[in-house]
Amino acid sequence: MLEIGLAHYLTVAAILFTLGIFGIFLNRRNVIVIMMSIELILLAVNINFVAFSAHLGDLVGQVFAMFILTVAAAEAAIGLAILVVYFRNRGSIAVDDINLMKG
Amino acid sequence: MIISALAFYVFAAITILSGLMVVTARNPVHSVLWLILAFFNSAGLFVLMGAEFLAMVLVVVYVGAVAVLFLFVVMMLDVNFQNLRKGATNYAMIGGIIGVILLLELIFLLGSAAVLPEAGTGAQPIPKFDVMTNTHAIGHVLYTDYFYLFQVAGMVLLVAMVGAIVLTLRQREGVRKQSIAQQLDRRPEDTLEVVKVQPGQGA
Repeated sequence: MLEIGLAHYLTVAAILFTLGIFGIFLNRRNVIVIMMSIELILLAVNINFVAFSAHLGDLVGQVFAMFILTVAAAEAAIGLAILVVYFRNRGSIAVDDINLMKG
Repeated sequence: MIISALAFYVFAAITILSGLMVVTARNPVHSVLWLILAFFNSAGLFVLMGAEFLAMVLVVVYVGAVAVLFLFVVMMLDVNFQNLRKGATNYAMIGGIIGVILLLELIFLLGSAAVLPEAGTGAQPIPKFDVMTNTHAIGHVLYTDYFYLFQVAGMVLLVAMVGAIVLTLRQREGVRKQSIAQQLDRRPEDTLEVVKVQPGQGA
């Protein structure tokens, strides 16, 4: 219990990942909260990477966690830009309304 | 030992609680603030794991840039967020079931999986802290073996920046703007006319 090992960190990451999935379903009309849930999922992935990096004594996990951080930042910037343009055009951000292309 | 265990439980509990609040908060502004708390506490977890540089990068990039970007967008959009929550309880059922299934699967996986003994033996070892700091060690790996990936990450950020600007920039009609090229292009003969006025004939 007092010995904190790999399993503890993986459990935290698993719970955080599940919370992110749950958030996508719970707020499936609100794009902003969906994007925040995606950030939570990416955070859980990062915790996994760093936990295994620390457990295996391998620095590469931390390097890749940094690349994930980069991609997450780019994704948030592009996503929010699309959201702003969408709101300017339609006056709403409800996911149900995003069916212009009938895809 | 007991201090670090205590710190782990505190950080982990606050991270998970604030993650829960992110997805359940009624007001998206509160969601962003809970997200910031979650990022801070997972930075604490990173420090406990010995990844100090990544913890600081997490605070700088996520709290300083991404969360503030979210905050700006949430506050700038004039959206009725109460309407967006209608029917959330229906989805909570499905989401809860799927979440519990996923969590159980992950727990079973954690319980049964084992790390290969030879894993991590061939790769970059983490140097002891008194030999080399974490930042120094990451730099040694990142700028040598992963240099091309590092450049690609920079390109990704550049493309994202250009894309965000192209998406959100708009030319509005009827707004007077300064055109420096036009100003510099102006010549005296284009605009100035010297008129010789005879005495007594001026209009």
